[in-house]
Amino acid sequence: MDFGPYLMLATLEGTVTAAVLALTASGLALVFGVMRVVNVAHGEFFMLGAVLAWWVTHIVGGSAAIGFVAALIVVPILVGVLAAVTDMTILKRIDYDPERTIVATIGILYILQQVTLMTYGPDARPVTPPFNTRIALPWFEFVNGEPGIYWPWGLSITSYKLAVIGAASVVLMGLWLLMTRSKLGLLMRATEQDRDMALAFGIPVERIYAVVFGLGAAMAALAAVLIVPIQQAHYLMGADPLLLSFIVVIIGGLGSLPGTVLAALLIGLSDGIISVFFSPTLAKILATLVVAMVLVFRPQGLFGAKRT
Amino acid sequence: MSLLSAQGLTKQFNGLLAVEDVTLEIPEGQVRALIGPNGAGKTTLVGMLSGRIAPSAGTVIFDGRDVTAWPAHKRISAGMGYTFQITSVFPNLSVWENVALAARRTLSGRSDMENAVSASLERVGLIDHRFEEAGDLSYGHQRLLEIAMGLAQAPKLLILDEPTQGLADSEVAAFNQLILELAGSTTVLLIEHNMDVVMQVADFVTVLDAGKVLFEGIPDDVKANAAVQAAYLGGGDAAA
Amino acid sequence: MSGDMRKSLLLHGGVLVALFTLQFVLPAYHHGNLARIMVLASYAAGFNLLFGYTGLLSLGHALFFAAGLYGMGLAMSQFGAGTGLALGVGVFLGALIGGLVAVLALRTEEVAFMIVTLMFAQAGYLTILYFGAYTRGDEGFVIAQADRVFLGRDLSNPQSRYFFAFAIFCVSFVMCLSVVKSRFGKVLVAIRENEERARMLGYDVAKYKFAAIVLSATLSALSGAAYGLLFGYVGASFASVQYSIFPLLWVLLGGAGTVLGPLVGTAFMFYLIDLSSGVTTAYMLIAGVVLVVLTLFAPQGLLGEMRRRFWKWLP
Repeated sequence: MDFGPYLMLATLEGTVTAAVLALTASGLALVFGVMRVVNVAHGEFFMLGAVLAWWVTHIVGGSAAIGFVAALIVVPILVGVLAAVTDMTILKRIDYDPERTIVATIGILYILQQVTLMTYGPDARPVTPPFNTRIALPWFEFVNGEPGIYWPWGLSITSYKLAVIGAASVVLMGLWLLMTRSKLGLLMRATEQDRDMALAFGIPVERIYAVVFGLGAAMAALAAVLIVPIQQAHYLMGADPLLLSFIVVIIGGLGSLPGTVLAALLIGLSDGIISVFFSPTLAKILATLVVAMVLVFRPQGLFGAKRT
Repeated sequence: MSLLSAQGLTKQFNGLLAVEDVTLEIPEGQVRALIGPNGAGKTTLVGMLSGRIAPSAGTVIFDGRDVTAWPAHKRISAGMGYTFQITSVFPNLSVWENVALAARRTLSGRSDMENAVSASLERVGLIDHRFEEAGDLSYGHQRLLEIAMGLAQAPKLLILDEPTQGLADSEVAAFNQLILELAGSTTVLLIEHNMDVVMQVADFVTVLDAGKVLFEGIPDDVKANAAVQAAYLGGGDAAA
Repeated sequence: MSGDMRKSLLLHGGVLVALFTLQFVLPAYHHGNLARIMVLASYAAGFNLLFGYTGLLSLGHALFFAAGLYGMGLAMSQFGAGTGLALGVGVFLGALIGGLVAVLALRTEEVAFMIVTLMFAQAGYLTILYFGAYTRGDEGFVIAQADRVFLGRDLSNPQSRYFFAFAIFCVSFVMCLSVVKSRFGKVLVAIRENEERARMLGYDVAKYKFAAIVLSATLSALSGAAYGLLFGYVGASFASVQYSIFPLLWVLLGGAGTVLGPLVGTAFMFYLIDLSSGVTTAYMLIAGVVLVVLTLFAPQGLLGEMRRRFWKWLP
């Protein structure tokens, strides 16, 4: 394949990655933004979403589409409720102390991962996509100075991948509306601004925290349900989304939703494009170091706008 | 000669002038009180003197050296002692260790250090509490511990940020006595709300209002000055 | 006060004597385990200097452990260095990387510090994979028996191995004890307890933190180099996130900010995992549960609780 079509393909694949990443990272950003804690188990909620999606489609049986739709509805709710319960039983009791929360969520990470290993097993299992038409994509070339269109061999994308991009956009719009237009969003933002003040005004901060933690995990689970027809469900699949979400959230200015989505696009696209030029390992090394340097030299990138 | 000299100190926060063009000269051995209504910029000014806050303009000369660019710990090493307005002790360490940490920086010999710690604790009357954890002390005792930590460093200049806040009357009297004993040997900068304390212990008073020096003089003159009366003594918290 | 000194000396001296004596009575299996535990406990002790005494939580200590391990291993496999020199290279590399990480990471605080150290360690892990031509990536490489001779003793022999592990443990143990008793160590504790106060007593907090990181990294690297030498294997898994989490787990369990805590925590966790791995492959589940239970109910760890309740004098 020529370079031009190859780059276009990388861009499209990158957009799919970016869409899923934006969903996952928004969940992490939401939790950090409102609760000021880092959830290290976020990647495991993602993994749980994928594994549960396999279970649900497996149990429902029948046509792929019905099972998938069922998973799309049931799985985020299940994972969200589990996360909310975790919040109420563990995080609330350590009073959301930032450092102890990290240690506790590392523990939760191992618990979720290992329980999955014990029940679901070490295999990677696929979920059939509800639809998967291959769509060939055109490219242009100049023949005797005249532009012409042709269909290079291998330049194609599936209808399902396009649907993932669409679905992620819709969900992110929904989250944005929830945060800016609804009463719940208002309460969340009030809690984010000043926890003590929110308490003084009678906002049930603890319940808001449980909802936010659940919602954040549900976002990760939803992203996983969308990706699982493309990538198989495996008990160790949580590590990469966690690392990438960290990177996205840090670059986006922790807690800011538009910043997170923008950063997800940047990382998702560059991940696809960088790996055209570099080995994936080198790309990961560079990305990790760049993000560490962002934290070191522009710490306000971590905490959003500089606060005085 | 002035031990501490500040020229044209100014601090802006987001365009707001918290301290504007303040010049101070504190001669060696003097007990200087810094007073002013809440929000006058006392804490910001002291922050710039001790190095906790970087000034927007102006210079600080301490003990003959320009320390404007020095970080706080270096100024302390050079002989400033600082006690916090909001008590800031090491709550999980013993009273003894709190003061020892203050003394150890300057005194390397073990017996010298132990003598300095005992002396400081005796001076503030906490020697019997030396094995207790600092966090278990009453609020008043924690304030005294702060002062003991200041004393143990044997500083050239002791900066006390509202040391009598929250002390009982008897403890305030003991504090006054302590400062009077220090007077002459140690230079003291005292930020104080309690006018009785100021009148009793200060040699010289600087009145700050709205970020500027409103008046300077001996305590009696301050009391008599009409502008000070209006800005501060006659104000809402005159009794404080 | 001197009575407390005597008790402390008796306890810690007693532990060393017990560890020394155990090699003559333990059956082979536990003999080998204890050698491993002592080296890993030295790693935990290095971590504890930073986390327990200075109050800096690094999530990337595997970087330093692996620096020692690979510095030692690569010096041998690539440059043909002798055992002593290779050990020195490993320790030096750890100190160097520690200094570098300290300069950068100390510009951040708290949660950002944790994430930055995590990311540096991750970059280190990936670098090992990237240079697979030399490091043999995930698979790792074996240190030949001929290279595992130190001061005329064959370290693949269980007796010598136990003795060398014991020596490494003594070094880290005595070093931690003396640091804790020293002026330097007391300032570290002061920084942990109230950083701003320490600064306003005239201590150069940044300098102390830097020294604490370098010292902690050096001890971790020493343990890493010794581990490779004693057990003859250098692999990328020792640089993974898991090996950054392990010392945190051991120290939290044993008691952060206690000299004996790392040994107790490491031994406890080692046998917990050893016993459970006979039952299930999902042995990391235990690690997870222990972490959660500790943060919830005993943030001070085993020895921390002992100190709080009975032994006030425990260093």
